[in-house]
Amino acid sequence: METRKIEIPVMADLFARGEKPEYLFWVGCAGAYDDRYKKVARAFAKILVHLNISFAVLGKEETCTGDPARRAGNEMLFQMQALQNIELFKAYEVKKVITICPHCYNTFKNEYPDLGADFEVISYIDILNKYMDEGKLRVDAEKFKNVKITYHDPCYLGRANGIYEQPRAILKKLGGELVEMERNRSFALCCGAGGAQMFKEAEKGNKEVFLERMEDVLKVDPEIIATACPFCMTMMTDGIKYKNQEEKMRNLDIAELIAESLNL
Amino acid sequence: MTKQIVFALALLITLGVFAYTVSRIVRFFMLTRKGFRVNQLGKRLWVTLEVAFGQTKIFRRPVIGLAHALVFWGFCVILFGSIEMVIDGLFGLEKSLSILGGFYNFMMAAGDVFALLVAISIVVFLIRRVFLHIKRFEGIEMKKISHIDANVALSIILILMLSLMGMNAAYLKWVELAGHQVHGVYPVSQHLKWLFNGMPVESVFTHYQVYWWTHILLIFLFANLLPYSKHFHVFMSVPNVFLSRLEPLGKLPNMDNVTREVKLMMDPNAAFAAPAADAPIERFGVKDAEDVVWKSYFDALSCTECGRCTSVCPANITGKKLSPRKVMMDLRARMKEKGPLMLKNGRDFNDGKSLVRDYISEEELWACTTCNACAQECPINIDHPKLIVEMRRYLVMEEGSAPGELKAMFNNIENNGAPWQYSPEDRLVWAKDLEISVH
Repeated sequence: METRKIEIPVMADLFARGEKPEYLFWVGCAGAYDDRYKKVARAFAKILVHLNISFAVLGKEETCTGDPARRAGNEMLFQMQALQNIELFKAYEVKKVITICPHCYNTFKNEYPDLGADFEVISYIDILNKYMDEGKLRVDAEKFKNVKITYHDPCYLGRANGIYEQPRAILKKLGGELVEMERNRSFALCCGAGGAQMFKEAEKGNKEVFLERMEDVLKVDPEIIATACPFCMTMMTDGIKYKNQEEKMRNLDIAELIAESLNL
Repeated sequence: MTKQIVFALALLITLGVFAYTVSRIVRFFMLTRKGFRVNQLGKRLWVTLEVAFGQTKIFRRPVIGLAHALVFWGFCVILFGSIEMVIDGLFGLEKSLSILGGFYNFMMAAGDVFALLVAISIVVFLIRRVFLHIKRFEGIEMKKISHIDANVALSIILILMLSLMGMNAAYLKWVELAGHQVHGVYPVSQHLKWLFNGMPVESVFTHYQVYWWTHILLIFLFANLLPYSKHFHVFMSVPNVFLSRLEPLGKLPNMDNVTREVKLMMDPNAAFAAPAADAPIERFGVKDAEDVVWKSYFDALSCTECGRCTSVCPANITGKKLSPRKVMMDLRARMKEKGPLMLKNGRDFNDGKSLVRDYISEEELWACTTCNACAQECPINIDHPKLIVEMRRYLVMEEGSAPGELKAMFNNIENNGAPWQYSPEDRLVWAKDLEISVH
């Protein structure tokens, strides 16, 4: 199979040339630094290129949205990050932002407007689903045929923002056999990493939250756990390891599943 | 006439005590902070119809949810008959609302049927509470008094329903014996008339009166017990739903006082342009009962300790100390303790205790994943995570207190713009050597 190299367009470069992309692809700290989630950023960027979508990233100018600081009570730090980001977006005349992290998505969409932000925020799940529905993103429905997939709802797409059906619609279009865990959609159990828990040890208890969730997974015994959040991915991937399921199960992000089915 | 005077006195005492209770609670509310404005009335009415009157969230647990919905709808229907009893009692009338004709017959029939359905549901609730070990009704916050509180209220409701059916049955027997016209339709109680078989008409009438008085006086008593019980829920839940936060669950309220400070830091010129801060200096976040926004206190008073929130909390499920129900109960208890002292000695009064630490420990607060499962589950739209984050705000911004790893995370964001310790220079490493297959 032939391949070609792709360069990810950077906002500052485009701006210097007087070009303006339609979308800002907000990679997020996990997409930039977490080894596992970097692969998701790569998969999604490939899909954007495949679809000829006009986009750019901020690169070195990108910084934390401030979300974990806000949820951990550091409102001062959150607002400093938010106001800086809003200034930067204004300077680049950003009108539409695509995120691959539900936490970035939520704070941009629901919280930044209080601080003067004025841009549209789109979850990658929504844009992928839209392109599939419009027939612009055609996947190979054979690739995951009869593959048992379960979807773990991230709290910040699901309960926080009501995005329950779009990821499931994508999985169905991929041809997978979607199996639901008992706790799904608005009933879904958190992976345990939200609210800045990702960055600290859990308080004393009798179990890790991700293991409780992993037991839900084991009950439906899928081949693939589909996730749509970097923190959920860390937790579910850990869960697979802890429960010695590495031979049987993979944890993939929805963007990765699409890229895989497209052979990108 | 004597009956009217006695009734009027009883009603006056009921309303008087109730007004006193309400005025005290209103004064407690005055101690709390301003929150969001109550606008979007259309949307609020819709949420109230759906969540309160439609009981949609209680039906997330369909079986026991149905039992609760029957009690709720029953109360709404039976209220009609109670209003009639007040009118009758005050003016010495008998079935005064029967002038409404067909509608009256319908309402009385519905009330009669619901009296039975509510009674059955209450028996189910009592059996669950007393004989079955439902995990949801346990937990460190569920003291003996919480269980007594629940069982007393349920028993009163049961007696209310039984006295209502007894009253209806005795009424039917009495009009039958006395040859009066029957007002209303009573599909359930008509089968209970036999209870009074063989009694002379006068003693059937006495029975009717005893049931009548038992029912209405118990309502008066119940109304005045409720505000001191977890069953204050009966009054507060519908308004609490109406006053719900209408924003997405994921949105935390902005701290405008922080915005002012951050803007000043970022643009020193604004310091001169901005009007002098006229707002009094407020504590950042919530340390004690008076720091909460009014809605959180409303939430706390509306909570009936059903524990649906705690039963879905990932932290609680996995044995951590956090229980969202306890957070609400603690706020209510703390205001009950400190509120009267503040009313007496002023809002600045300090009794050396506070909601954070003396009631809710740091360990509980830091265990929350802000997953919003509790808020999603609450049948009356109580929002626990907002209050939990408000208390974290106090800990972090007023005391600089947080788990070490979180402090490191703050430092990383401040110094290198990411929660992890990586250089901004490496932000594009993920995009290196990216290749795409050409089809």
